[in-house]
Parts: sequence; structure tokens; C-alpha cells
Amino acid sequence: MYVAVKGGAAAIESSWRLLEDQRRGDTAMAALTVAQIQEQLSLAVDRVMSEGSLYDPELAALAIKQSSGDLVEAIFLLRAYRTTLPRLGYALPLDTARIALLRRISATFKEVPGGQMLGPTYDYTQRLLDFTLLVEGEHRDASAPSSNPSNKLSEAGIAVHRGPLPTVPRINDLLAREGLLETPQPEMVAPPGDLTRDPLMFPADRALRLQALARGDEGWLLAMGYSTQRGYANSHPFAGEIRRGFVSVALVPDELGFEIDIGDLEITECQMINQFSGSREVPPQFTQGYGLAFGGSERKTMAMALVDRSLRADELGETRTAPAQDAEFVLSHADNVEASGFVQHLKLPHYVDFQAELELVRKLRTSHAMAKKENT
Amino acid sequence: MIDSNYNFAFLDERTKKRIRRALLKAVAVPGYQVPFGSREMPFAYGWGTGGVQITASIIGRADVLKVIDQGADDTTNAVNIRRFFALTTGVKTTEKTAEATLIQTRHRIPELPLTASQILIYQVPLPEPLTKLEPSRQETIKMHALSEYGLMHVRLYEDIAQLGAITRAYDYPVMVNERYLMSPSPIPKFDNPKMHMNPALQLFGAGREKRLYAIPPYTPVRSLDFEDHPFEIQRWDHACALCGSVDSYLDEMIVDDEGSRLFVCSDSDYCEERRDAGHVGGQQAVHLHDALATPVINSTTTLQEAA
Repeated sequence: MYVAVKGGAAAIESSWRLLEDQRRGDTAMAALTVAQIQEQLSLAVDRVMSEGSLYDPELAALAIKQSSGDLVEAIFLLRAYRTTLPRLGYALPLDTARIALLRRISATFKEVPGGQMLGPTYDYTQRLLDFTLLVEGEHRDASAPSSNPSNKLSEAGIAVHRGPLPTVPRINDLLAREGLLETPQPEMVAPPGDLTRDPLMFPADRALRLQALARGDEGWLLAMGYSTQRGYANSHPFAGEIRRGFVSVALVPDELGFEIDIGDLEITECQMINQFSGSREVPPQFTQGYGLAFGGSERKTMAMALVDRSLRADELGETRTAPAQDAEFVLSHADNVEASGFVQHLKLPHYVDFQAELELVRKLRTSHAMAKKENT
Repeated sequence: MIDSNYNFAFLDERTKKRIRRALLKAVAVPGYQVPFGSREMPFAYGWGTGGVQITASIIGRADVLKVIDQGADDTTNAVNIRRFFALTTGVKTTEKTAEATLIQTRHRIPELPLTASQILIYQVPLPEPLTKLEPSRQETIKMHALSEYGLMHVRLYEDIAQLGAITRAYDYPVMVNERYLMSPSPIPKFDNPKMHMNPALQLFGAGREKRLYAIPPYTPVRSLDFEDHPFEIQRWDHACALCGSVDSYLDEMIVDDEGSRLFVCSDSDYCEERRDAGHVGGQQAVHLHDALATPVINSTTTLQEAA
């Protein structure tokens, strides 16, 4: 007597237990604390906050701990939490010129008002494995290039709270003043859309495109941006300015009617400057691409700025020839929570569909065999 | 036990209201895909987020919920979704089709005919029936607006011209109310006729693609075909090995190393009800022969001949 397999519920419960074992690893070793992750894996925390669309370092660190360091899974956890939060209102646009800088560089001018500031970067390390880190405890060599002033970073953030933010003019603004750089203006027919409230429809305006890029997968944006540098859409980009630091967030609550400062955010902003030869109506000038993400996310913001620029093809009268210029293609596939879910849903049972295909293939093979017999 | 950290059925009331509003529009325009502000759910996209959002938006305390995946109540994802609603709503759940007021399904329509007091909620991965012919949404929206479905007919015609038959075995395109081309979700075409003039309300949710659509009760639903190649459903040469049914959709299982196959009902409740009513199947696995397989050669003989 055959009995159909049952026991989905029991299997799920066992799977939870095994997953917990996998997460914890060897119990003879001390467990990682959320605070340790927040402090020592801070760039992972920043990525999870950016793509999870929620600025909360503690919860992002918790998500990383819970997901055993699988960042896409951590992003998913944070998003699933975010969706339950009430919407208090919309903040005023960030003023990134008023910033407590941690890092600021321009690749277009040797000297810029406000100065260049290297800050913490991997760029000029030797990329040699630092074996001193293998040893438990603190063994810091102050002269070593790997010494990361992470404590100082958070101190800088705290300092922001105490005094007014210094103003560091953006290089783009200086160029725009001379008319050398276009200054795209949003079409203020309506307030900007909200990707998290309404579905993304195409054609999408720049505000919506930037929202989608900001929460888009870093790897996807990196590959897309990279493709524009290799001839799939020509962008001739220059890193006009990259800045990282703390900016303040302000809100005008309906009940008050005036602006209040509700806290600080650490952000990385990238302004790409791209060549543009002009058209009949527009004189030759530079165009721009924009990238913004939470925390220290330089790779993400640079890639985002490249993709933002290539997606402006229609607006600037360029012919669309490359994947990175096709907004529907780029943005429909940029969200890693969506992509990861749908790719992995193939693990779910498809017995019924497969049976339908089996029946079809068998039928086609039978008619093929009969046709063959008739021919011989 | 209800988890009191979350609102009834997880979603907040405003979101539910927005989804219900989109559902009303979907019911008013049968087969039309309504864009909606799909929320991130504590389920992965592609794992039923659209169906879960519909169920969460319409479920009430008096409802009785059944969740099936591949026709069965005990497949892992069905168990998971049912548990989620038990935890967030505390409503009664059931495995019996006849007892349920809401049935959330993936890939099947129950064998037992539904009634006017039931709602069937489909999980939909790809709501756009034209997606494999035209990937751009911007384009397909226009094609629907203009009822421009020639491309789909050409595709089906090409199948017949090249292979002698329409090669869509599941997610077989239908015309709803003779106006909108619609994806029935990946149900086998065996289930397509059940959608036609069904007394139950049928709701479809695609969470990742952010679309909802509906077939109101007693709406004509026609599977696309040609006069000389009429639509037909799957048939098996075997009956269910457990309950002996000859008119239900069957699952195929490989039961031994020889590759013997056992055919049983995919709808586990239907099969159980029949067995309880005294029906018995043959309890036999069968051996299938592929029409094009080369006859088995006795390898020992071949070796000796070669020597």
C-alpha cells in the first residue's frame, strides 16, 4: 500500500533548528554581538541599510547576525521589517553642502574650495593580507596603512550634533554657475512619486529612477555602470566629486508648520560629470549623473551615478543603443530582494507544471515516432 | 495563538484598504491587470507574496482558510503560508475544500466544484501573458489597451506548424469576458475549463510584479484555440493508484530504481474524500515505455559478440 509523503510541517521545524545551528557555529567560541558587527563590519551594515532602505545601524547589524552574513538575506529581513513601520512624513531634501566631512575628493580639479580630504579609503593600501589581524586582541601598529580610525569616525558624527554643520560648496554648483554644467530641474507638476507606495511604471521620471537605483543591488549597478565604460553607451565620465560625511535630516511636521532637525545621517554622495557635445538648442556643456547611499558606499554611489547618467539618454536626446540606457531593463532587475526571491522560487515544488510538460513531451514523442514509422 | 506584535493579518489597515480598492477595480474590469502598491512581505518574492497580500486584505474573523500548493495542503510552502495566517489572524484553517471560504492556491484549482460563497486566490509569478513575446511592460500595456493579441495567435499557430500541437501545457492563455488576454497563472491547462462561469470569485495576485486581477463569478473564460485545433486538456492512461479516480489531475512519482511510476491525485483533499467514501485505486505502480526509446540490448551478448 502506497502512502503519499506527508510531513511538511515537521520538516520545516527541523530546518529552523538546523539553521540556528548553522548560524551559531561552534558554541565553544564566543557569540558575535550586534554591537561588534555594527562597529567592525560597518561597511556591510551600510550596504544593508542602503539596499534595505532603512537607516538603522543596529537593526542592520542584527539582520547581518541573523543571516550569518548573507547580505542579500539581511537586506530582505530589513525590508520585511521596514514595511511594517508607519510613515510619519517626508523629510526635506538633504542639503549635502552642509556636511561634517569624513572624506572628500575631486578627480576634476587639483584644488577645490573646501579642500580635498582623503579620509578612510582602501585606495592606497597595498592590498596585502595583514597577518597581524589573525591574532586575537588589539595589536595595532599606528604606522600601518590598515589602521582604520573607526572610533574617530563616530566621534566626528557626535561632534556634528553639538555644533552647526560647516558648509562645503559642491563642485557641481561651482561649474553650474558658469553655465558649463547643465542643471536639470525636476518637473514640479506634482510632488515626487514614492516607489515604496506605488508600483514603478514606465517611462519613469528621474526621481523614481534614482529611488530605484538607491535601493538597487550594488553588484547589478556595478556591472551596468561598468558596461557604459566599455562602450555599451558612451558616457565619458569624470568623478567630479565624491563626499562622505554626516548631514542633518529636517522635517516640517504638519502640526508645526516649521522645520525641525530630526537627526543626522552618514551618507556618501557622488557627482559624475559627463561630456556632452550639445544639440541644436543646447550649447556644448557637461552633463551629470548622481549617486547617493547611506554610510560609506563609494563603489555603489559611483556605479549609481554612471547608470543614472546613461538612463538620461531620452531626456538628452541620445539614441538608446545599450542595455544600461534602457530604464525598464535596468530598473526592473535592480532590486535584489525581488531577483533573489524569484530566482530561488524555482526550489518550490513544480510537480504539477512538470507533469503537464511531461505529458506534452511524451505525446509529441509518440507522434514523432509514428511519423517516423510511416516514413520508413 | 495570535502574535499580538502585528496587526490582524500582518498588513496595516490602510494598506489593506488600498489593496481592496485595487481589487474592486480588478473585479469591475475582468482580466485587466491593476497596478498596486505591493508591500514587502515576510515571504520571499516569487513565493506567494501577491496571494498573501490579497488574502490578508480580505480575510475576516469568520473566514475559514485553506492553502494549497500543487493541489496539496501539506507541501512546505502551503504549510508555511497557512501557519502565517493562523499566527497573525487566529482564523480557522482547514484542508477540506468544501469547508473553506477562502482558498489560496499555487498552480492548481481544486477538483471539487467551488460555490458562490467561496473565493479562490491565486499566487501569480508572471501576470503578463505577453511577457515571453514582448518583455517591455510599456509595450504590453498598449497591446492590452488596443486588444492587440495577434502576436499570441501567431505564436500558437507557429507551435502547430512546427510541432503539430500547441506546446503550452500550463499557464495556457485565456480570454476573459472576450476582452482581456489573461494569464491563468501556472495552473495546468487541465484546470482552465474550471475558470469558465465559475460561481466563485477568482482573485489573482502578483506581488513582485505589483499587479492584481480578477475573474468575477459567472464570467466567460475561453482558452485560446483554432477551429481545426480545438483546445483540449490533459488525459492519462492511468487512474489514481490510491482512489481510482479517472478524471482528476495526476501527479507522477518515481517509486523504485527501475523507474516505475505511481500516479496519484494532485488534489490531496479530493483523493482523501474519495478514499473515505470507499473508492480504492489499483495500488499499482506502472512501467512506462518511451515511444522513441531504443530497445534494451542485452549487454552480455554484445560483449561476447565483440570478443
